[in-house]
Amino acid sequence: MFTILNWFALLIALVTSVGLLLHRDWRWGIGLLAIQYLSIFWLVQTHWPVSMAASKLVTGWMACAVLGIAQLNTDPAEETEVSWPQGRLFRLFTAGILIAATFALSLRASGWLGLGLPIAWGSLLLIGMGLLQLGISAQPFRVILGLLTVLAGFEILYAAVESSTLVAALLSTINLGLALTGAYFLNMPQEENQ
Amino acid sequence: MSAPFLWIFLPLTLAGFLMLLRNQKVIALIACIFTLILTLAAWLLPLDTAITIGNMSFKLSSSFEILGRHLILGSADRSLLALIYGSAIVWFAVAPAVKTARRLTSLGLAITALLVAALAVEPFLYAALLIETAVLLSIPLLSAPGQRPGNGLIRFLIFQTLAMPFILFSGWLLAGIEANPGDLGLVQQAAILIGLGFSFLLAVFPFYSWIPLLTEESSPYTVGFILWMFPTVTIFFGLGFLDHYTWLRDAPALGTVLTTVGVLMVVSGGLLAAFQQHLGRIMGYAVIIETGFSILTLSLRGTVGLNIFFMLFIPRTLSLVVWALALTILKEHSPTLILSDIRGLVRIWPFATSGLVLANLALAGMPLLAGFPPHQAIWEGLASTSLSVVIWVLLGNLGLFFSAIRVMLAFSAAPEGAPWESRETAAQRILFAISFLALLLLGLFPQWVLPLWTKLPAIFTHLGQ
Repeated sequence: MFTILNWFALLIALVTSVGLLLHRDWRWGIGLLAIQYLSIFWLVQTHWPVSMAASKLVTGWMACAVLGIAQLNTDPAEETEVSWPQGRLFRLFTAGILIAATFALSLRASGWLGLGLPIAWGSLLLIGMGLLQLGISAQPFRVILGLLTVLAGFEILYAAVESSTLVAALLSTINLGLALTGAYFLNMPQEENQ
Repeated sequence: MSAPFLWIFLPLTLAGFLMLLRNQKVIALIACIFTLILTLAAWLLPLDTAITIGNMSFKLSSSFEILGRHLILGSADRSLLALIYGSAIVWFAVAPAVKTARRLTSLGLAITALLVAALAVEPFLYAALLIETAVLLSIPLLSAPGQRPGNGLIRFLIFQTLAMPFILFSGWLLAGIEANPGDLGLVQQAAILIGLGFSFLLAVFPFYSWIPLLTEESSPYTVGFILWMFPTVTIFFGLGFLDHYTWLRDAPALGTVLTTVGVLMVVSGGLLAAFQQHLGRIMGYAVIIETGFSILTLSLRGTVGLNIFFMLFIPRTLSLVVWALALTILKEHSPTLILSDIRGLVRIWPFATSGLVLANLALAGMPLLAGFPPHQAIWEGLASTSLSVVIWVLLGNLGLFFSAIRVMLAFSAAPEGAPWESRETAAQRILFAISFLALLLLGLFPQWVLPLWTKLPAIFTHLGQ
C-alpha cells in the first residue's frame, strides 16, 4: 500500500515540477509548488517520523504563502522575461530528457543508497528540474522556485541519511529564508534615507 | 555563561537591536565598542576556567547545546575569534565615512556571528547550513537600493546555495569512508562532492563569474565586506575538513589539485584584471586572485603553508577596506567607474584615488607594501617545488600590477592646468592617511603583527602540528 503511495507521490512530484517549468503565470507556479510539497512530505516521512516530516510541508506552504503575498504587491508588467529559450515545446523536450536521465540514474542510486526507487527518482527528478529552471531563467521569482525545488529534492535524499533535529530546523530556516529573499527581490524596497 | 553565547548569540541579538536605530554614527559606535569588547574578551578571557573579579566568580564554558548538537569554541579558537571580530571593527569603523553604517553594521554583525557559529558547530559539516543562512542574510546588504536584483546577486545566491547540498551529502559519504577506508569508489565520490561544494562556496574557477558582476553592480564597500568575510570563513571551514579527515589530508593528488586550482585562479584573475575597464570589476578579480593565493598556501604542506595563509589575513583585510572605501567614494561622485570616465580624478579626489592604487599594488604583491611579505613567502614556497608554477603565479600578479598602472594613468590624465583640490571629507582623509601608513608599515615591518597569528595554527589539531 505504502509503495503505491510512494509512486503516487513521485507522480505528483513529476507533474508539478514539469508544470512549474511550463507555466509562466505565478499563481500556477505557487499552486504547483504547494502541491509539490505534499509529495515531498510523503517521500520524507518514509524515513522520518511523520511529526518531523510535517515540518517540510508546513515550511513549504509558508514559503508559498510568503511568495504569493509578495507577488500580489508586484507590478504585473515587470513579470515578463525576454530571454532564450522561451518555447514551451523546448522546455517540454528538455524536461522529457531529464525525466529519462534521472530515471536511469535513480536505478543505480536506489541500490547504492539503499532507497526505494520512487524516493531516489523523486529526489533526483526534483533536483534536475530545479537546476533546469535555474538554467533557463534569470527572473528572481523563477530562480527562487528553482532553488526551492533543488533543495526539496536534496531534502528527500538527505532525510534518508540524516535525521538530526538541528539539520531539519536549519533546512526549514533556509527554505523560509529563500522565500523571504524572493519576496525581497520582488518588492525591492526604496532605500530609506540614511 | 558559555563562549558560544558570548561570541554568537549576543552579537546576533545586538544586530537585531541595531536594525531599530537610525543614526549612523550611533550605530557604528555601538557596533565598534561591542566588537572591541568581543575582541578583547577573546584575547584575554580564559575558557573553562573560573574567573574571579572582586566577589564575583564566573566560568566561560566552551560548549553550548542546541537541538541535540553542540556549538564549541575552545581555547584554541580564541585567537581566531579575536582576529575575525578585530577585523570586523575595521569594517564597521570605516562604514560611517561612506554612509553604509546602518545596513553594514547590523547585518554585518549578524553575518559575522553566523559565520563564527559555522566554525563552532559540531558536527562541523553542519557549517554549510549556517553559511547558507549567512548568505541569505547578506542579500539585503548586497542589493542595490530601489533596483531589481542584478545578475551578479542572483548568481551569488544560486552558486552559494548549490554548495550546501554537495557539502552536506559529502559528509554522509565521509562517514562511510571512516567506517570503510579501503573503498576507493566511495573515496572518489566523496572527493568529487567535496570539490564541487567548495568550488561553489569559494567561487573557484570557473564558478566565479558572479564576483566581478557583483562588484560592478553593488555598493563596493558592502561587497568588499562580503568578499572578505565569506572566502575567509570558507577556507577555515575547508581547513577543518583537511584537519578532520586523514585520508583527505594524506591524499597524494591533493597538492596537485590545490596547486592547479590556485594557479588557475591567480592567472585567470590576473589576466582578466589586466584588460578590465571597470574599477569595480578589477577589485572583484583581485579578490579572486587572493582566494587563489590562499588555496596555493594550502598546497604548501605542513605548518609553513598554514603560517603563510594566516600571514595573508591582515594585509588582505586592510587592502580590501581601503580599496572598497576608495571605490565607494568615487562611485558616489563619478557617473560610472569605467576607465574613460575617471580620467584626471586624482586632482579632485587625491586621497581616494591614491588609496585605490595603493591597495591594488599591495594586493599585487608590490615590494614595500603590506601584501609583499606573504606573497614573497608564497613565491618562495612554490619555487621549492616547481619553478613553472611560480612563473604562472607571477604572471597573475603581473596582471593585477598592470591593472594598477592603467588605473593610475587614467587617474592622472587631467587636463592641463586643472587645479588640485581634495573633496574628501576630513574623516575620509584621516582614514586614508592612517591606512596608507598601515600599508607601508606592514610592508616594512611585517614582524610587528607576528604575535597575532602565531597561535592560529593551533586551531587545527593535525595541520597545526
